[in-house]
Amino acid sequence: MSTTPRRETLEKLTPVLTKRWLSPEAWRIDVYERLDGYVALRKALAVRPDDLIQLIKDSGLRGRGGAGFPTGLKWGFIPQGDGRPHYLVVNADEGEPGTCKDLPLMTHDPHSLVEGVIIAAYAIRANRAFIYIRGEAVHAARRLRNAVQEAYRAGYLGRNILGSGFDLDLVVHSGAGAYICGEETALLDSLEGFRGQPRLRPPFPATHGLYASPTVVNNVGTIASVPYIVLGGAAWWRSMGTEKSPGPMIYSLSGRIRYPGQYECSMGITLRELIELAGGMQPGHNLRFWTPGGSSTPLLTADHLDVPLDFEGVAAAGSILGTTATQIFSDQDCPVYATYRWLEFYHHESCGKCTPCREGNYWMVRTYRRILSGQGTYADLDTLLDTCDNILGRSFCGLGDGATSSVTSSLKYFKQDYLDYIEGRKAPKLSAKTLAGAH
Amino acid sequence: MTETQLNGSSGPGVPAQRGGTTRVAELAAKLTDRAREIIARYPADRSRSALLPLLHLVQSEEGYVSPAGIEFCAEMLGLNKAQVGAVASFYTMYKRRPTGDWLVSVCTNTMCSTLGGQQVYDALSEHLGVGHEETTPDGKITLEHAECLAACDYGPVLTVNYDFFDQVDPDTAIALVDELRAGGRPKPSRGARLCTLKEISLQLAGFPDPRPEAVADGVPGEPTLRGLRLAQQHGIAVAGFDPSTPITASGDGAPAAEAAGVAANKPASDRKPAGDAAKPQEQALKEAK
Repeated sequence: MSTTPRRETLEKLTPVLTKRWLSPEAWRIDVYERLDGYVALRKALAVRPDDLIQLIKDSGLRGRGGAGFPTGLKWGFIPQGDGRPHYLVVNADEGEPGTCKDLPLMTHDPHSLVEGVIIAAYAIRANRAFIYIRGEAVHAARRLRNAVQEAYRAGYLGRNILGSGFDLDLVVHSGAGAYICGEETALLDSLEGFRGQPRLRPPFPATHGLYASPTVVNNVGTIASVPYIVLGGAAWWRSMGTEKSPGPMIYSLSGRIRYPGQYECSMGITLRELIELAGGMQPGHNLRFWTPGGSSTPLLTADHLDVPLDFEGVAAAGSILGTTATQIFSDQDCPVYATYRWLEFYHHESCGKCTPCREGNYWMVRTYRRILSGQGTYADLDTLLDTCDNILGRSFCGLGDGATSSVTSSLKYFKQDYLDYIEGRKAPKLSAKTLAGAH
Repeated sequence: MTETQLNGSSGPGVPAQRGGTTRVAELAAKLTDRAREIIARYPADRSRSALLPLLHLVQSEEGYVSPAGIEFCAEMLGLNKAQVGAVASFYTMYKRRPTGDWLVSVCTNTMCSTLGGQQVYDALSEHLGVGHEETTPDGKITLEHAECLAACDYGPVLTVNYDFFDQVDPDTAIALVDELRAGGRPKPSRGARLCTLKEISLQLAGFPDPRPEAVADGVPGEPTLRGLRLAQQHGIAVAGFDPSTPITASGDGAPAAEAAGVAANKPASDRKPAGDAAKPQEQALKEAK
């Protein structure tokens, strides 16, 4: 039986970025305008760009794409008066396993992203902006392209926006199915028409980004937060979340809970409270392991129910807040098999640039197949850790690092499950026919 | 193919003139106007940015990235075919063999798999008699298993030409493909009414859906709204929101958040070629040993 969450838990809900999703036609510009839409833009265009950068610094907004870098600081890195074109690029290439917060935002409230883009571009003095949206997100892209067209017709995009003298062109650019393009420098390469492979940093995009020009790359949730901060002010924004991780955050709950879904809450809520909001675990299921922020973040267990889910709290527990994609697994799910499926993903999505990530993931998939088909050996466990040691820190970007997360954390917490396969106590999950080349 | 054509010497925006009705010439006749429109979206000296949308455009006509399509892109952008082919082969959505009208992608990543996605894929594979990236003999359906489709709260999911069907099971998935093969156009759970792979490819190239009602299609499902409904039912709203709060330039930042954000994104040490330090993963590795 699901019970009504307690009042103090309900009060952790902070519907801000998600609020318009309840208005079925908020994707239309006239409806959006009736719901405070484009009010922030008028306010922003009346002040100096530097005042907006300061406002975002004051808000303490940290990037919503997973890394949590201070947004205002990032904007402030853009050199001014350098005579070069500046670019704003929105990372809408949502694909981290478990993550599903940006797609509904772009589908149900696309203008909030468009408005955020215009304000952010004005702040960093960019006259061109791109939204790089995951190719597969076709319905979100339909709504977004429609919103951009509507914004042009209303004079919010194009030349001399609302008589301010500020010009901005915005292009929605669809990707073509490559998780790696969510890494900001791979995204830029892809946007330039190349294979999406990460670049060496430094130089960072702030000075050498798109077309080797100063570029800000921000996540959808980061940019969509901007109009609310402009409207409500930095102090109001900081009234949510914690001192070090201010603001609301969209937690995406999936798996063995009664009501999976999107829960926008004050940062620092715990999994125990989130499960309460989600109506409890499904009948017959007990929490066993979970990801705090997607498959690239080390697994946590039932011992971590009271960890505050903000950047600092999760780091202290040995994992990463990431994209707050909370995937919840029970005692009926197998951590070895779960890790194997994630590794299939990293193996498929490794761009191939760095040998440790390209080859390491290939071999780890094969090792997992052997273990899961009941033919694993004790040495396989050493091979896995040794491979992780060779991937971790030895590749250009975070994809390789992320791939090791579930391997090392599942071995740390659930070594017995591995041994159960190796010692024949657990029935094989895979048949031997999938084993080609593993021996 | 002559050497000069291989090197794409005809220059950007000028498809090579050639006698006869080769497929490339046919494509150029059909697609050049749209291709120029795509190129115009990017800065004048940055036409290569148009390559991804141009490849989607090629698929809107060919149903896959054909050799002629690669040559067409190369000629439009002043690249050689190897440069275009290298990009096309990198991305999963560019298909290298003729693909059915209906691309059925079943998520078999961890969460969907846990909830039954693998059984859905296996059932479809057996029912259709095709495996991953294979097309039924009637040319109608191509099956693939997909990585996370960003709808985990609706899992297990599959997509048809990238529009979602939520919470599928083997029976509903088989009924769905049967309807597609019988000429029906079933309605996705939350997206627009289905269009063919060629039609969706044109939208991926950045052209609006020609069906005005398609933009309006689809309402959010209950998982999307679940947190909002709870807040609404219990009268929860964020206090203190005043849209007329003035923007002041006198703020002194949020030093605690800024310092924490910088500290969490330390550049990697010399041990790593680039990127950020990966402290939690290093800790997990150490503790697993």
